[in-house]
Amino acid sequence: MARAATTTDAFNAVAEPRRRQILDVLATSAAEERSVNELVAALRMSQPLVSKHLRVLREVGLVDVRDEGRQRMYRLNGQPLQPIYDWVKTYERSWSRRFEQLDVVLAELKTAELKNAEPGEAELEETEHGDGGSDE
Amino acid sequence: MVAVTSNSAVVTLPSDTQILITREFDAPKHLVFQAWTTPELIKRWWSGDHGEVIIAEVDLRVGGTWRYVMTANEGFEVAFHGEFHEILPNERIVSTEVFEGMPDAHAVDTITFTEQDGRTTLTILVQHESKEHRDGHVESGMEAGMQESMSHLEEVARSLR
Repeated sequence: MARAATTTDAFNAVAEPRRRQILDVLATSAAEERSVNELVAALRMSQPLVSKHLRVLREVGLVDVRDEGRQRMYRLNGQPLQPIYDWVKTYERSWSRRFEQLDVVLAELKTAELKNAEPGEAELEETEHGDGGSDE
Repeated sequence: MVAVTSNSAVVTLPSDTQILITREFDAPKHLVFQAWTTPELIKRWWSGDHGEVIIAEVDLRVGGTWRYVMTANEGFEVAFHGEFHEILPNERIVSTEVFEGMPDAHAVDTITFTEQDGRTTLTILVQHESKEHRDGHVESGMEAGMQESMSHLEEVARSLR
């Protein structure tokens, strides 16, 4: 089985749901660091499995590790998430520009609709704003 | 008279195979639906600032097809097409979407139009067809295959920058 892809970058590393869970625990935990045992308890996964996923996260730089006595303490490093964030932002910007042009089209359609409305209807719309009694 | 343009599109990734785009418009839903489905109007907004839409064909009926072709600013052509599976006027459209550069990867788009107080919330849910195609996207570096919403990741990325 080709396994190289999982460790090449953060995109692949966080494609695995359990690794995202580990990041979530580290991101939301009150303490800055967590030991493997604490992660095992929080995630209800086996210790070997947690260790395996931590190794992948470490290889792409999403977690930093430090030895404290006999414990290994893990902390989140969000920096490698930046390319993912940037990618989504690019996508979002692209849609935002498209929607800004759609706003212009919609403003024109609204104006055209008001002009085309029967004079009586147009008047009714005007008075709606005035007296607030807008039940049709 | 000028529409509110300050709100930007919100893009989230609700599951490994989905992309969700949400945006509110200062117009009733029948007008948003009209702008979304009328070729002359599509030509005016669909390309964003990426280029010019040169073809917009829409056969708005179940089983009918749509096709948009854009000349990108860089000069090359980009084309998308699909087939309508469901049309509920002013409410909901379900259609396939195929980028002609990757013709094997079909996505299904569900577009909903929800009006409140004269404003319309548009949502576009892009559902990739299969794990294979999703993985294709992952390998091309275009898709992150993530479950939590981007806002969560955004918080994390920002707090740790």
